[in-house]
Amino acid sequence: VNRRQTILSVNGADHEVWVLPSDTLLDVLHDELGMADVRYGCGEGVCGTCTVLLDGEPVNGCLTLALQAAGHQVTTMRGLMGPGEALHPLQECFLRRGAAQCGFCTPGMVLTSFDLVRRVGRPTREEIRYALVGNLCRCTGYTKILDAVEEYADQ
Amino acid sequence: MTTPDLLPVTTPYRVVGTSPAHHDFVEKVKGSLHYAADWRLPGMLHGRLVRSPVPSARITAIDVSAARTLPGVAAVLTAADVPSNAIVEMASGGLAELEVTMPVLAQDRVRYAGEPVAIVAAATRQIADAAAELVAVDYEERPGVFDVTSALATDSPRVHDVGNTLVTWQIRSGDVAAALAAADVVVEGEYRSQHVEHAYLEPEAGVGWLENGVLTLRVSTQVIEHAAAIARIIGLPQSKVRVIAAYMGGGFGGKEDMTVEPYLALLVWHTRRPVRMIWDRQESLVASTKRHPFLMRYKTGARADGTITAQQVEITGDAGAYPNLSPRVLFAAAACACGPYRVPDASITSRAVFTNNVPTSAFRGFGAMQVTLGYEAQMDLLAERLGLSRTQVRERNFLAKGDLLPTGERLDTCVAVAETMHRALALLGEPPRPSGPGKLVGRGLGCNRQPYGRTIWFRDRASAWLSLQADGTLLIRSGVTDLGAGQAASLAQIAAEVLGAPLDDISIYIGDSALNPPAGGTFATRQLYMSGNAVLHAALELRERMAPVAADLLGALPGELEFADGRVRGAGGGVSITLAELAAACDRRAISTAHLSTWRAESGSFDPRAGQGDTFPDYTYGTHAADVEVDTETGQVTVLRYAACHDVGRAINPMRVEGQIQGGAMQGLGYALTEDLGIEDGYVQAALFANYLIPNAQDFPDVLVDIVESGEGKGPLGARGIGEPPIGNVAATIASAIHDAIGVRPAELPMTPERVLGLLDGRAPGPGPEVPT
Repeated sequence: VNRRQTILSVNGADHEVWVLPSDTLLDVLHDELGMADVRYGCGEGVCGTCTVLLDGEPVNGCLTLALQAAGHQVTTMRGLMGPGEALHPLQECFLRRGAAQCGFCTPGMVLTSFDLVRRVGRPTREEIRYALVGNLCRCTGYTKILDAVEEYADQ
Repeated sequence: MTTPDLLPVTTPYRVVGTSPAHHDFVEKVKGSLHYAADWRLPGMLHGRLVRSPVPSARITAIDVSAARTLPGVAAVLTAADVPSNAIVEMASGGLAELEVTMPVLAQDRVRYAGEPVAIVAAATRQIADAAAELVAVDYEERPGVFDVTSALATDSPRVHDVGNTLVTWQIRSGDVAAALAAADVVVEGEYRSQHVEHAYLEPEAGVGWLENGVLTLRVSTQVIEHAAAIARIIGLPQSKVRVIAAYMGGGFGGKEDMTVEPYLALLVWHTRRPVRMIWDRQESLVASTKRHPFLMRYKTGARADGTITAQQVEITGDAGAYPNLSPRVLFAAAACACGPYRVPDASITSRAVFTNNVPTSAFRGFGAMQVTLGYEAQMDLLAERLGLSRTQVRERNFLAKGDLLPTGERLDTCVAVAETMHRALALLGEPPRPSGPGKLVGRGLGCNRQPYGRTIWFRDRASAWLSLQADGTLLIRSGVTDLGAGQAASLAQIAAEVLGAPLDDISIYIGDSALNPPAGGTFATRQLYMSGNAVLHAALELRERMAPVAADLLGALPGELEFADGRVRGAGGGVSITLAELAAACDRRAISTAHLSTWRAESGSFDPRAGQGDTFPDYTYGTHAADVEVDTETGQVTVLRYAACHDVGRAINPMRVEGQIQGGAMQGLGYALTEDLGIEDGYVQAALFANYLIPNAQDFPDVLVDIVESGEGKGPLGARGIGEPPIGNVAATIASAIHDAIGVRPAELPMTPERVLGLLDGRAPGPGPEVPT
């Protein structure tokens, strides 16, 4: 009824979607566009499992309306990958360091730390911790995630 | 248990003991793994539960007419629509507990805030939400009981008509009263823990549909064997219900009981359409099962040299409104109440008590973890009283192989707890200095004994099926579910070790009640032990069957063959054939290259009246150590260093073992210092994820890990389980460190700044749950 047509640009491709004004970016990316790497975890902007980059800045997909994202570049973790599902070097570090257990928080962790390293180059371990406070992990205890981000930043 | 006539796995291992990034890691890092919510079918509806807003009430009327007529609504169901409205858990198999039925949907009475009352399916989530709002339920509120003391009072309201004490367990050995009277020293303590949430990042979710007349559910669950309970609820034969477990976004025991399953099943069955249900995080916080708050009283007698002579323990756990797995949780608490110490005379009582709080059930550590706070405090108090060091008093009492537990069981594997203690303390290095005035530093430690494997009277078993394909690749089928800890990957590593198939050539199919041999659920730190042994034996038996064929082709003896790198080699590593050639040769001789094997755990029985008998197959031992700094102005506790060491018997995949230990320790740090649902009068106070404080990346330091490999576990190749053990030590370790810093023992969790300040001021700790007398 109140649906509006809009174009969302995600990972370099334009998608025409019909959305309600109340639809979140998370709803549309996950349920309408089938992007399983953007996940519902809390709906409060606390856990970070729905993290995406909006014009390069990490945002919570659950706190961003889909209509707000129109006209902006949305990047999910899979948008960092190369052709043929080639892993991004940061993902390689996650793999090598065992930085994923259940994997549910992984896309958000990767995107937030990708943004951090892009901004500051070689962050200290404490800076990485600070940047990741909005991405919760219940499995790994963070140590291996921090190791992975440090290794990536050192490259 | 072992099959002595099979050829052993030769050492050194080639695959076991390495840390390959297996299929699940790769998919997770690519973001391409499909969790339970990542599933969409044509015409799929959206399910929503209507839950009770009050903790104790009679339902006088339910009017669903407005909800049913809302456009887009496909079904609104209440108790009247449930063919068999009963979930009967009987978690101890009827050994000791009251028989209490949990309705799928509340009929005439609600017993906790959040109890399911009705379910809705609609074309969109928004319509389902609106329809749920339109379900009109009249509640006549009734008095409830919200703490175990009130629940045990004779004139208190009954949560269930049969009574409020769900189960009482006793373990008795020797004469405790006499031994305490004769002891040189007796230390006493009372310890309390809180309601805690699993907080897996993936909320409860699933999709259900009908396929060839079979009710099929693809859900986030630890236990596909719930298919039987679902069949009973719907009134279907078990052959007509199939449960598929997606790789989970964490479980920690919270997906051991059914979550969305019966509701999805009912909605699919009534609408004949696919249905998806995802619980909101806030719904999960309020209404999913929790960890039991424990009230523990310890009295420990010892000789002047620190040798323990007797221990008396009373444990009361808040079961909440329904039994779930409480009887077994409280059993584990009793069985582990004395920790990794020799206690000649013991009297242990544990009970689970109904309240009108949200039900409690399985959570990593399962009763055996809460008691660590108690038994480790007693050790530190004993050391303090006798002027011994904390390590001395522990070493004087550590269990050893061959010792008897209070249940009368003899330990038959190595107990390397002393080694874990020395290694954990060594990891910490030099003691820290206070960072400034008003700061106190302290060092603490906590040892533990956590079972792996199910309670022994369940006669546990697990099956696995292996098939060498014509091209030399390998299939594994196992009903194991994967929590994210690499349950499936470890099985692939074990099969690769025995059969020589490269890991990349192995595909493992798991978590399907229709297509996989049953493995019995992923809980109780049982899957490496159970399915690991099933896969090991299936692989050994398959190798044994194929070996004569290979030996014949290679002109070698079967016992000389080496299965490695996708090939079979004869003696001396000379001539070889590929696994594909072996499969073809077996086929020509009509020898099957597929094999099903069932592995059975040791069995036994427990006598609840005598308080003696068999409890668990074996234990994992470990020690954590920590340095903390306490701010005497604010009561804030800063963890400066944290170290953990466990004997895992054999590390199948050391990186995953380390990850389990780090993750368990971090979850334990939340339990120790920040996490509390704060249930008041039946209402969860921390009803937002913003208010329920699980550790973030900044809260605590890295967890330093050391792994002991004694080689004496009962799992495959001598492994012990490591899923649950590392959460057990943490609260005791932090309490020990705070005790060392401030000279007073914290006895109540979480150890918030307010409580620590209370201890510093010599004030009584803040109000906690009432104490039964």
